[in-house]
Amino acid sequence: MKLSAKNKTGLVFFPAFDWAISPTHPEREERLLYTQDQVFEEGLLDIEGIEEFRPELVTVEDVQRVHFCVPDVHKVMTESHFISAGCAKTIGKAVLDKKVARGFSLARPPGHHAMRVVHGARGFCNVNIEAIMIEYLRREYNIRKVAVVDTDCHHGDGTQDIYWHDPDTLFISVHQDGRTLYPGSGFPYELGGPNAVATTINIPLPPFTSDEGFLFTIKNVVMPILDDFKPEIIINSAGQDNHFSDPITQMNFSAQGYAALTSILKPDIAVLEGGYSIEGALPYVNLGIILAMAGIDYSRVKEPCYDPDKYRQTPDITMNIEKTGETILSYWQNRDKISERIRDKKDFDERKRSIYYDTDNIREQQKETVKICPDCAGALKIDSTSDRGTHLLAVHIPLRACEKCRDLGYIWYHSAEQNIYDMVFLQDRTEDKYLKQTG
Amino acid sequence: MIIGLDVGGTHTDVVLLGKNGIERAVKVPTDESDLFNTVLTGIEKITANIDSSTIKRLVLSTTLITNTVVQNKLPEVGMIVSSGPGIDPEYYRTNRFYYSVSGSIDHRGREIEPIDRNEIEKIAWDLKKEGIRYVGVVGKFSVRNPSHEQNIARILGNFFDKIFTGHRISGNLNFPRRIATTHINAAVYPIHKSFFDAVKKSLEKKGLNVPIDILKADGGTMSLDSSSDFPGHAIFSGPAASAMGAMPFAPDNEDCIVLDIGGTTTDIALLINHVPVLNPVGISLGGFKTLIRSLETHSIAVGGDSAITLDNHNKLKIGPQRMGPAMVYGGSVPTITDALVVLGKVKDCSRDKSYSGIESLALKTGDSTMETASNIFDQACNMILSEIRDMIFRINSKPVYTIHEFMEGYKLSPKKILLIGGPAPYFARRIEDLSEFRIGVVPRWNVANAIGAAIARTTCEVTLFADTEQGFTVSVEEGFKEKVATDFSMIDAVKMASALLMEKAVKRGADASDLEMEVIESLQLNMVKGFCTTGRNIRVRVQVKPGLIYGYDSIADMLTE
Repeated sequence: MKLSAKNKTGLVFFPAFDWAISPTHPEREERLLYTQDQVFEEGLLDIEGIEEFRPELVTVEDVQRVHFCVPDVHKVMTESHFISAGCAKTIGKAVLDKKVARGFSLARPPGHHAMRVVHGARGFCNVNIEAIMIEYLRREYNIRKVAVVDTDCHHGDGTQDIYWHDPDTLFISVHQDGRTLYPGSGFPYELGGPNAVATTINIPLPPFTSDEGFLFTIKNVVMPILDDFKPEIIINSAGQDNHFSDPITQMNFSAQGYAALTSILKPDIAVLEGGYSIEGALPYVNLGIILAMAGIDYSRVKEPCYDPDKYRQTPDITMNIEKTGETILSYWQNRDKISERIRDKKDFDERKRSIYYDTDNIREQQKETVKICPDCAGALKIDSTSDRGTHLLAVHIPLRACEKCRDLGYIWYHSAEQNIYDMVFLQDRTEDKYLKQTG
Repeated sequence: MIIGLDVGGTHTDVVLLGKNGIERAVKVPTDESDLFNTVLTGIEKITANIDSSTIKRLVLSTTLITNTVVQNKLPEVGMIVSSGPGIDPEYYRTNRFYYSVSGSIDHRGREIEPIDRNEIEKIAWDLKKEGIRYVGVVGKFSVRNPSHEQNIARILGNFFDKIFTGHRISGNLNFPRRIATTHINAAVYPIHKSFFDAVKKSLEKKGLNVPIDILKADGGTMSLDSSSDFPGHAIFSGPAASAMGAMPFAPDNEDCIVLDIGGTTTDIALLINHVPVLNPVGISLGGFKTLIRSLETHSIAVGGDSAITLDNHNKLKIGPQRMGPAMVYGGSVPTITDALVVLGKVKDCSRDKSYSGIESLALKTGDSTMETASNIFDQACNMILSEIRDMIFRINSKPVYTIHEFMEGYKLSPKKILLIGGPAPYFARRIEDLSEFRIGVVPRWNVANAIGAAIARTTCEVTLFADTEQGFTVSVEEGFKEKVATDFSMIDAVKMASALLMEKAVKRGADASDLEMEVIESLQLNMVKGFCTTGRNIRVRVQVKPGLIYGYDSIADMLTE
């Protein structure tokens, strides 16, 4: 018997043993220590067809392509964030260069709570490492349709925000019900902006959902939607905090469940997100995911003392999950009608939000205006004020903007009243150009 | 005086070193089928008419273990493997009598499942019946907690001649490599023992009663006594000998490549400011991935005797085989050496045979004989250069795991190549012309590897692991475990590891006053439960740096004068 990977799989591993939010914070130095021990002891890096890459840093421009950083990129990112986002970028390049068939970036800190405007850290995240990777790949490899399946236990509200108006990015988040967990969002009716209806899909699962409920949802809800959407690449935001031993969530997922999920989903790229049961879950879950990605037998990967019977979900939970699945599939099937209704005769759509940065204790007020456009994702402007006193206007011209939306973006940018705003940003994705004026 | 002996693929080099430098140097042909005779002949020649009482040390670097492993001539042994959850250990089967047993330890060294005494005893009886005398015992995470391996070894104790346990080989994590390495140690043990017992006995008969040291793959030595527990460490010592031989001639504060061009192969090693670069995990050889500490070396099948053939498109092909000696020395297939003869680089011999050999190739390539010879030579130089560049790129692109390492990451950028080996001087000029490197030929290039073996220091390493939450510190390779208080710190850990290292090095033959120790890895992380720090997880690795023994480090001056 010879051990080799059926799918050539790339890994980037960056445990950042010298960086933490604070010494006892769940997102701390020790987080990937035991995972590294397990990966090394299992000899994964010696397996034929598993290749480890050295990460590169992302550039300031890579970040500007996605975010409006207040006041600038260097003020919201540490070296660790440049490397962590660089890990995702490295693995994305390795996959699209066909050096490997699939890739997994195991780096910290995570990123899926970081939204388009960044005043500071939310949910342990400063910048969105998946989005930075995706937009880099879109620019360098000319790919268009991308699906992100976020299986972290927390709603991927940052990724949702960034792709809310983008019809070319299907974002599906499967998470513990927002009524019971941070960040308190991610309900089925959150379906995306008027130019991108139903390319945002939220699947909340009740607390104490086990492998059965998860895999049911992936097989019967996520996979059919992915099949319809036909993305060029599938990215998995692979949070591991659905695990039964995770200290900050209430789900009952196991390492076997995660491995099975991975072999059903077949992501081209997986990016580690959360997961704070650093001894009891991460070493085994990561091992399971890596083996499943590589197409290697994972049947003997098991947490010590795991007893499936103890963590079986109740019939109530099963019913709840099936009902949610039906609702979501009906939204998906009726997406054209819903879209028509929302876009009906309006030129612009507005939403007002209050965003809380729990990690840095910042409160932001946003007013977002998007052009409803039949030809593109629509010009977008965000008026944002933080309780630290910064007031800014951020203008986004999408990658495949029509000429009208492009012109509108520039008009917004140039006509912004200097005496109102401290800063005015422009993201012109059509030209890969990033401008800023200060008041 | 010290004798250094290095067995190469074609020749075996022997030197006798004294206070005034090289007293004597000899070369004898290597007979792979009778290494014992090769070694003995070498020693006889070097000691002829020398007062044996003046010889203080004998260091041997042989291909005995390498050949046994690479040619897969490993005798049957028993292997008992306890894995717990993870990848099926059947994938790591090393041999016929390979048993996967119950028992499991986790990443922090906690017992998850006990071993089963009855299961082990039954296997012991089976192995005994098969006539097995040596057994290897390996557990997953045994370097965190060796108790399962130790208990299994205790149960097996009375049944077998010698038991090899995985945790004593290396402090590194890598279960599959631990299995492979333990298997190699158990399997080569009888071959190693009978060979060196015979060498020792023959030398004693001749009145040569000196301590014998064996060169290891990491460029250090171990005493013959201690080698019986780790015979596998003697694998692939040839490239280490060359690197040690070149070491005194390396430039200060600079990276440098060592190139040993032999008859069959060319070995590449790297020095950073005189210190050889070590492989972080262990040597890989002929499909075997091990935990044996070794220099970062790379061997390619290009040497003076590499056969030159033509492919289907009449393009020149160098190596990879050696098909006997060069035509100039009576061989039947043209070689790189023959090309050198045609080009007039190798003199003092008749050019005719070489010329006709290269001419036969030239008839098909369509170039003149001189052009063909020069193409062969350039192609060989370029093959070597491209391997050097690949190797530097590979080392520089190795992943790192902390921001500090990432930001400060040292990148190798050697500007100089030191050449040793028989054909070294012929290659020097051309490699320099074809590349951006400065070239230096090591004085006494033809026996520099034997010099390297003679003056290599005893090396070893110690890994210490402390878990202040569980309240212990352990160095499993050393069989060391102690309770520690909650305030046990990194400084304490380094002190403790250094004391263990000192003890180990002296036991293995080192001179206590000549130990250059250094910390090669240190990591300290807080362990947190809930939101409170409950302890520290400390990992320290210390080593005796590979280097030259005191008093002989000035050998460069003696040889250059």
